Amino acid sequence: MDEKEKEIYDVTMDLKPPRRDAQPCPALLEGTSPCPEGPGRAAWSPVLHRGRACVVFVAGSLNCVEWSLLPPATKEMVVQAEQLKGRFQGDPSFEYEYTEINAEDAERLIEDGKEPMIKEEARLVATIEQIDRAVGIIPRGAFVKTPLGSVHENRNFEGLSLTDAKKLSSYFHFTEPVNLKSKTLLEKADLDPSTDFLDSLEHDIPQGSWTVQLEKGGTVVVLRSLLWLGLTFYHVPMTKQYGYIYFGSGEKNLDLPFMM
Amino acid sequence: MSIRQRDVLGQDSDQAPEARQSMYQSYALGLDPYQTREPKPAYQTYVAEEDPYQADECRRGPYQPHEQGYGLYQSGYSPYDDQIPDPKSRTLAIQNAKAYLLKSSTTSGLNLYDHLANMLTKILDEQPTNAVDIIENISKDVKRAQFQKKMDTLRDEHEILPTFEAAEKRKALFLKANGEEDEELEEEIGETPLPNVMETAFYFEQAGIGLSKDESYHIFLALKKLIDVQPIQTCRFWGKILGLEMNYIIAEVQYHEGEEEEETEEEEVIEEVGKGMDEVEDEDEEKEKEDERPKSTYKPPPVIPKEENGTGANKYVYFVCNEPGKPWVKLPPVTPAQIVCARKIKKFFTGRLDAPVVSFPPFPGNEANYLRAQIARISAGTQISPIGFYQFAEEEGDEEEEGGGGRDTYEENPDFQPLSVAEMVDSLSTWVHHVQSILKQGRCVWLNPFQKSEEEEEDEDEEEEKAEEPDELQQETGPPLLTPLSEDEGIQNIPAWTAQPSTNLIPQHAVAVLQSNRWPGAYAFASGKKFDNIYFGWGHKYSPENHTPALPPPVQAEYPSEPEITETRDPTLEEELAFKAAKEAALAAAEEEEDEEDEEEDEEEDD
Repeated sequence: MDEKEKEIYDVTMDLKPPRRDAQPCPALLEGTSPCPEGPGRAAWSPVLHRGRACVVFVAGSLNCVEWSLLPPATKEMVVQAEQLKGRFQGDPSFEYEYTEINAEDAERLIEDGKEPMIKEEARLVATIEQIDRAVGIIPRGAFVKTPLGSVHENRNFEGLSLTDAKKLSSYFHFTEPVNLKSKTLLEKADLDPSTDFLDSLEHDIPQGSWTVQLEKGGTVVVLRSLLWLGLTFYHVPMTKQYGYIYFGSGEKNLDLPFMM
Repeated sequence: MSIRQRDVLGQDSDQAPEARQSMYQSYALGLDPYQTREPKPAYQTYVAEEDPYQADECRRGPYQPHEQGYGLYQSGYSPYDDQIPDPKSRTLAIQNAKAYLLKSSTTSGLNLYDHLANMLTKILDEQPTNAVDIIENISKDVKRAQFQKKMDTLRDEHEILPTFEAAEKRKALFLKANGEEDEELEEEIGETPLPNVMETAFYFEQAGIGLSKDESYHIFLALKKLIDVQPIQTCRFWGKILGLEMNYIIAEVQYHEGEEEEETEEEEVIEEVGKGMDEVEDEDEEKEKEDERPKSTYKPPPVIPKEENGTGANKYVYFVCNEPGKPWVKLPPVTPAQIVCARKIKKFFTGRLDAPVVSFPPFPGNEANYLRAQIARISAGTQISPIGFYQFAEEEGDEEEEGGGGRDTYEENPDFQPLSVAEMVDSLSTWVHHVQSILKQGRCVWLNPFQKSEEEEEDEDEEEEKAEEPDELQQETGPPLLTPLSEDEGIQNIPAWTAQPSTNLIPQHAVAVLQSNRWPGAYAFASGKKFDNIYFGWGHKYSPENHTPALPPPVQAEYPSEPEITETRDPTLEEELAFKAAKEAALAAAEEEEDEEDEEEDEEEDD
């Protein structure tokens, strides 16, 4: 097998089906459904299969019937997509003219031999990657790190208690930690290395970019991100149910500091 | 005592284990020598072990060949050989012993095993000195402790679950109001202003929009409570606006005529008091100064009065609550200044109506006013209906007489023929706005603020010049009522509305759904003769560009420029010398004239 095939083979071996207890959110909130038919809306609904923690496949669909595997996001794509503004068109093969955005880069690209275009597909994947990286969160204790360094699901996770569920410090970003090393030794002494190996939401910049609310008479805690409007995370305290979902236009809310 | 037992307590190594076992065996058989005898014999024989050869009735021990019992009970030859236990029965014997120890006493209900365990635990925990001497006391204490209840000085507070509290709040929704009789219900069923929230929710659900069934139903009940309390003619669930701490549920309401004049009086009083305060302050300042300070010629732009309740942007009254079950709060009417300012700022709602809105330009009001202003803007921009549903009443006069303000009332068309869903979705001209759009001024009907101010100026000083008024404002016009959506401007290359049917698979029962791109979160549906609008969102307009806050205005001129205080350049050296020379020349000329005059006078005197 040549190298690329081998890579795919290895990776597909890790694919596990979605968790049995991944149910739809019990307090399903306002928002558009995941399967809009027709163009003009943010017409994608990603389905995440988690292999090992952090290998993610994204499949997209326009009508929830036919799904196609989207290419994984590269750093280049993310950088390019960050410069695009405006709504998604709804057509995965729509091409954005790069020249409008940055003429210099476009010229450079033309010299390199590539076309100064970005497909909407690439923008879509890059946006998903950005959202996951920036505001994908999990409750504390849901994943554990073994002494060997590998991370997996905690089968004994019983859910957060009600008092813990209202605190932002009980939720972590599900990406490589950034702030962890800069904590003082005193703070690190309080951490439990098996569960506290990720960044918590407490120190997110700007402060207050998460709203925490209790819905349904206090049985469900809902976190909404203000940086990516439309990202909603839910958790039923004292149970294993949690999850997050994004319904929105796929645009970052850069006005956040003015709005708070 | 039987010979068997004599054997038991001897020190004969061969016979001892067998003997011990046989002792247990005898217990198993129900014999309990200790019931009839005190344990003394054991001790006695223990002592007696020192001299096993003493001739004693209780003597056990190895039989010498000359004695009677010798050879009779050799191992393997005892008449009880078949009863001598093998290792398995040792465990059985242990179990039997334990079972005996666990037997509860008939008088006290305790059992020996537990008592011994408790006692030993207590001893090991406390580790008293000379435990063996006080062991009886310890035993008594342990027995006495059975009757004492363990009471902690701290007691757990009876925890009230937040779920319970929340349920209590919502309970009120489910109770019928007192005094409601069935007769009243029958009368009102035909004319109730209560909207059918569940039906609307059903249609929106076809498009995937809406709240959960629970929440919709609770809102339904909450609206019913509102109608029972307030004199309401029409009521509609307007939508839900999300906030940081809490959300807002908004109901759009129209009162019966003549029901809501109290609020306006209160507000006018507040405004007058405000003006009075300003005047008093001015007078104080004038009295304090001695010299006349230059009076400021700054005239703030005239305050544009808000529209009357029941017209324009204040056509509907809005009630708000954070959660169904909480009391409904009425929002104050909106003023044009608030709308104009709300267009310039973009702030999240916190969920508390009295929260201040800190922004630049400073918002004239608190969160309740900001919320009301946003609701007015959203309604004006996104409340739509199928064409033909509403029509203008035919009794209206000519449009020209109203100064181009346009018609602002409409009524339902009894002959409305609904279009098919496909038609509703294909073209946007089948939908019309039925709420007046808000002009730049902040009102729906343009008002020239200077016409009114002429009356006010008669009371003020006449010195103030009218010439400082800006040029006459041009009358602002907006699209008239009932304009189709095809006239709506898009944002860059995005159309203002996105239309689609709820399903392509079952077109017979599809619902036409419109989604606004300018106000993300505003939806409308139409199906046959039914239609409705709703809003679920954060309450902000969409703009592809980032929000730029307004810059502060330019610095005002402090004083008018006059030649007295205008600076000029200093004269150079040549100019000064020239000026000096000219002055001297003038002086010299003047002296010569005087001399001449003196000489003339002298001459005259001489004569």
